[in-house]
Amino acid sequence: MKKRSIVPYGPQHPVLPEPIHLDLVIEDEKIVEAIPSVGFIHRGLENLVQKRDFNQMAYVAERVCGICSFGHGFGYCEAIEDIMDIEVPDRAKYLRTIWFELSRMHSHFLWLGLLADGFGFENLFYQCWRIREKILDVLELTTGGRVIFSVNKVGGVMKDITPEMAGAILDMLASVKKELKAIAPTFTEDYAVKSRLVGVGVLTKQQAHDLGCAGPFARASGIATDMRKLGYAAYGDIDFDVITSNDGDSYARCYVRIREIFQSISIIEQAIEKLPEGELAAAVKGNPKGESFIRIEQPRGEAIYYVSANGSPHLDRMRVRTPTFANLAGLCETLKGADYADVGLLILTIDPCISCTER
Amino acid sequence: MRDTLSEIIEIDYHDLLEMAIQKKREGYRLSQACAAYVEGKPQLSYSFADDENYKYVTLRCKIEKDTEIISLSEVIPYASFYENEMRELFGINISLIEPDYKNKFYRIEQETPFVPADGNN
Repeated sequence: MKKRSIVPYGPQHPVLPEPIHLDLVIEDEKIVEAIPSVGFIHRGLENLVQKRDFNQMAYVAERVCGICSFGHGFGYCEAIEDIMDIEVPDRAKYLRTIWFELSRMHSHFLWLGLLADGFGFENLFYQCWRIREKILDVLELTTGGRVIFSVNKVGGVMKDITPEMAGAILDMLASVKKELKAIAPTFTEDYAVKSRLVGVGVLTKQQAHDLGCAGPFARASGIATDMRKLGYAAYGDIDFDVITSNDGDSYARCYVRIREIFQSISIIEQAIEKLPEGELAAAVKGNPKGESFIRIEQPRGEAIYYVSANGSPHLDRMRVRTPTFANLAGLCETLKGADYADVGLLILTIDPCISCTER
Repeated sequence: MRDTLSEIIEIDYHDLLEMAIQKKREGYRLSQACAAYVEGKPQLSYSFADDENYKYVTLRCKIEKDTEIISLSEVIPYASFYENEMRELFGINISLIEPDYKNKFYRIEQETPFVPADGNN
């Protein structure tokens, strides 16, 4: 029997943007088992609902994560609007859709850059993050913020997109589309890149299902589920397909996310074309009483928001189940049998967001 | 709820394991599990998702503070993450969790659980 050793990986590690710890049980250079530990940056944001008014919690919810901040604010507001039976104006629904997809784009570009850095293509990393800056510029133009936007509120949105801003978004999309077409082949066709991604960390469709995986990570294994198909915000009026791959390896995860960026471009173009006139927010009267489960598709996958309210300004409970939390079990499975040298890359392929996970 | 594909089913906690196995057999995956305190008593919610039809079923059981719940981790291994969290942060008495992080899933300095004696979190 080969000698087994336990190698601690993280929480501080050059390849990890945020702290997570794995105890890796290895035989020679092969991973036999991975045991995760989280909680190094737990902030107790869910617990804050006892101390903040339910309207203020929209700002707190946004701060669950810096990358998918818009989605967290959106999911929380949707839950309160559901409990209070508030009908959000159509224009607000479309604006939310546009900002949500811009968020997805910049999140995926961030991930592509980190992946490029992970497999040693420094220049590709720079290119991805340079392109991402264009999206952040447009977000700053339309919301005033580059990471935390604070445009969601219970009942709708706080800012509008003028025709000039819409023009700037469309110009940016055309530019990003052109540049993504130029760099995408490096991810999908380059021999050296493929040697690091193809067949690495394979997760079958059955495994992804059995381990409760979500988002692009699950779709790369052939699970055709995307919460946007529930039709929240303006997604019910938008034409798009669920992007999947059947390979289930690291290459498939990269391929799915690249295609999702092109898809987001198409969704934003459609939303701008159909953007209706009207109010930005509905009036909110009284306090919420009741409970709601809301499912949305964050850049990293399905996120669940549970809100329980008692009729006072303070909620009983807010719970956020983030996609990274759902994908931890899948990550541990992909690591089994992997080379030690691939661990960093495999962690990246679930697009981990530890701040989200720790709330 | 506006999400017409989502429903909450109130169950007795004795039936939780059996119903979870049933959901698993029907092709659902465990989407989330969480605890809350309502009127001073713990309330557990285990949500199951049907990825093909987007159905979402939450099994809800209300328990007493000292009620012992048997972990689902034997039949749904990744339930252990949720259950370790529920036990550590909300003081839910869940036994036979595998792996059991023994209240160290979250590496925080404050004493857990965060639920005060009167149950009002």
